[in-house]
Amino acid sequence: MTGDHQTLALLLFGAFVAVTLAITTWVSRHRHGSAEEFYAGGRLFSPMENGFAIAGDYMSAASFLGISGLIALYGYDGLLYSVGFLVAWLVVLFLVAELVRNCGRFTLADVVAARMSERPVRIAAGTSSVTVSVLYLVAQMVGAGSLVALLLGGQGEAAQTWTVIGVGALMVIYVSLGGMRATTWIQIVKAVLLLGGTIALTVLVLVRFHGDFDQLLSTAAERSGHGESFLAPGLKYGADWTARFDFISLGLALVLGTAGLPHILSRFYTVPTARAARRSVVWSIGLIGGFYLMTIVLGFGAAAIVGPDAVRGSNAAGNTAVPLLALDLGGGSDSTGGTVLFAVVAAVAFATILAVVAGITLASSASVAHDLYASLRRRHAKARSEVAVARVAAVAIGVVAIALGLLARDLNVAFLVGLAFAVAASANLPVLLYSLFWRGFTTRGAVWAVYGGLIPALTLVLLSPVASGSPESLFPGVDFQVFPLQNPGIVSIPLGFVAGWLGTVTSAEIPDEAKHAETEVRSLTGAGAA
Amino acid sequence: MHSSNGHSRAREGGSDRSDPVEPAGSVRYDDPWYDALASGWGESDDTPAAVPQGRAQRADGATAADVYVEVQRSAAFQEVRSRYRRFVVPAVIGFLAWYVGYVVTATTAPGLMARPVAGAVNVAMLAGLGQFLTTFLLTWAYARHARLRRDRAALELRWDTQELTRGMRGGSS
Repeated sequence: MTGDHQTLALLLFGAFVAVTLAITTWVSRHRHGSAEEFYAGGRLFSPMENGFAIAGDYMSAASFLGISGLIALYGYDGLLYSVGFLVAWLVVLFLVAELVRNCGRFTLADVVAARMSERPVRIAAGTSSVTVSVLYLVAQMVGAGSLVALLLGGQGEAAQTWTVIGVGALMVIYVSLGGMRATTWIQIVKAVLLLGGTIALTVLVLVRFHGDFDQLLSTAAERSGHGESFLAPGLKYGADWTARFDFISLGLALVLGTAGLPHILSRFYTVPTARAARRSVVWSIGLIGGFYLMTIVLGFGAAAIVGPDAVRGSNAAGNTAVPLLALDLGGGSDSTGGTVLFAVVAAVAFATILAVVAGITLASSASVAHDLYASLRRRHAKARSEVAVARVAAVAIGVVAIALGLLARDLNVAFLVGLAFAVAASANLPVLLYSLFWRGFTTRGAVWAVYGGLIPALTLVLLSPVASGSPESLFPGVDFQVFPLQNPGIVSIPLGFVAGWLGTVTSAEIPDEAKHAETEVRSLTGAGAA
Repeated sequence: MHSSNGHSRAREGGSDRSDPVEPAGSVRYDDPWYDALASGWGESDDTPAAVPQGRAQRADGATAADVYVEVQRSAAFQEVRSRYRRFVVPAVIGFLAWYVGYVVTATTAPGLMARPVAGAVNVAMLAGLGQFLTTFLLTWAYARHARLRRDRAALELRWDTQELTRGMRGGSS
C-alpha cells in the first residue's frame, strides 16, 4: 500500500471522528442526566430515524467485511450467512419488537422482571446481556484491527494495537458523554455512509459486468478455481458431517439470536409507541435486506475481479476482500480512482465499527447499571446516580473489550459474531419468549432459562476447536477439545428452552395470574407503557 | 422540553412498577390520539366493543392488578389477542420451517441445490433469493395486518385501561 491510501483514508476517517464528536457535543448541550434520556434518548425518535439507527447497529463490520470475504473465498456458503442475518428480523418483528416496547423501560430484564421476583431475574438477565455484548464487541474490535493491518501493510502490529485502543477510547467518549441520543445519531450517519458506499461499489461491479448478473456469477466461478461448485453450497460447510452440523448450528443461532441482542432490543425504547417500534423494524428490514443483497454482489464481484488467491493472500479469513475490490474498481493501486475508492471504503468500515461498538457499549452499560448495579447494591438508587454508574460501566466495558480484542485478533470476524448470536439465542431469547407468552412461567424458570442457555453455550465454546486443539485456536498449544462444533447453538439453544421449562415445572411458586394478565394486556395494547 | 401533555398525570399515576427514576419533567410523547390520527385511514370497521367495565365498579377498593385481569378477560382484549396470534403463529411456523428446510437442504443435499436453472443461476441461488423475497413479503403482510386489524382496537383498549387505572389511583393517593 502506498502512502496516498493511508493519508487519504486517515483524513476521511478523521473527518468522521470529528463529525461524530461534534454530534456528541451538540446533543449533550442540554443534558438533564435522566435515565430516560441516557438509555432511551428521551423516546423521541421517529420510526424512520430509528429504522436507520437499527440498520446502523446491525450492519456491522462483520457483515460488510466478513460476509463479502466469505463469499469471495467460499462462494455460496458465504451467502448462507446473509440469509440468516436477514430472516432473523422476522422473529424480531413478529414476536419481540412491539411487545418489548410496550412492556419494558430500558433493558431486556425489565420485561422479564415485571412478572417475577425482581432481583434474581435482573441479575441473570443482566449477566447474560453483558456477556453477549462483550462477545459482539470483541468481534468489532478484531475487525478494526485487521482493517488497519491491511491499510498499513507490514508495519501493522503496533498500529493494530493502537487502533483497537483508539476505537475503544472513542466509543467510551460517545457513550458516556452523549448517551443514547448521540449514539443514535452516529448510527444514522454511519448507516447512510455505509449504504452509500455499498451502493456505489455495487453499481461499479455491475457496470464492470454490463449489468449481467449471470456473467458476474460465471466469471466468479471460473476465477475461483472451483468451477460450478463455487455457486452451490458445500465448499466451506460440506466437507463432512461435523462441518454440516456446524453450519446448521450457526444458521439456528443467526435466526434466533438477533431477537436476543441487547443493543437491538434497547433501540425499540427510543421511539414513543409500539406502533413506531414496528414501523422502525419495517424500515430496518428494507435497509438491511437491500444491504445484504448488495454484499452478495460485492462478494462474488471480489471473487471475479480480485480473485480468491489475492484475497486470501491479504487476509486468510477474507476480511479484506471489499477494500481490495474497491482498489481494483477505482482503477488499480496506482490510480487516483483506486486510491480514493479504497480510502472511502476503509473510512466507511471504520465508521461502521465505531458506530456499532458505541451501540453495544451503551446497551451493556445499561445492563450493568440498570440491572446488575441496581439489584446488587442499592434498591433505590437515584436516577442521576444510576446514570453515573452507567457512564463508569461504559469505561470498564471499553477496557475489557480492548483487552479481549487484542487477544482474539486472528479469528474471522463473521465467526465471532456467530458466536455472540449463539449466546444471545441460548440465554436471552428463551426467557424473553417465555415471559411474554407463557402464563405459567415462574421466577425459577426465568433464572434457569438464562443460565441454562448461557453456561452450556460458553462451556461448549471453551471445549470446542475454537479454544484449543488446532493451529487456529485461541490456545494452540494445548488440547482440551471435546465438543466438535465451532458454534454451540444447536445444543445450547434447545437447552435454554428446556431449562426454562424444567425450572418452571419443578418450582413450588404459583404463577401470579394478575402479573401475567398485566404483561399480556400491556404487551398487546401499550397500556401504561413507559 | 419540559412540556407535559394532558395525559402525563395519568401516566405517572399509573406506573407504580417503575423505579423512582422517572423525572417529573421527562418528555411524554405517547398521546394515543396522535397515533390514532396517523393510522386513521384504511381502518376496517370491525373494531370490537370497548371494555365493558365502567368507573362505577371500582368503588370497592379494586387494585391495578384487578383492572388488568378484568381487561384480559374482556371480549375486546381476547379479540385483539386472537387476531395477533392467528397471524403470528402460522407465519412464524411457516418462515422458520422454510428457513430451516433451506439450511438443512443446503448442507445435506448440495447436489440438488447445484442443479442449474438458467445460465449460472442454480436452485441454490433461487432459494437464497427466495428467502429474501419471502422476508420482504411477510414483513409487508404483517405490517398491513397489524395496521388494519389490530391497531385501532389495541389503542382503544390502552385508553380504557389507562382510564380505569388512573381513576382508581387518583382516588387512593
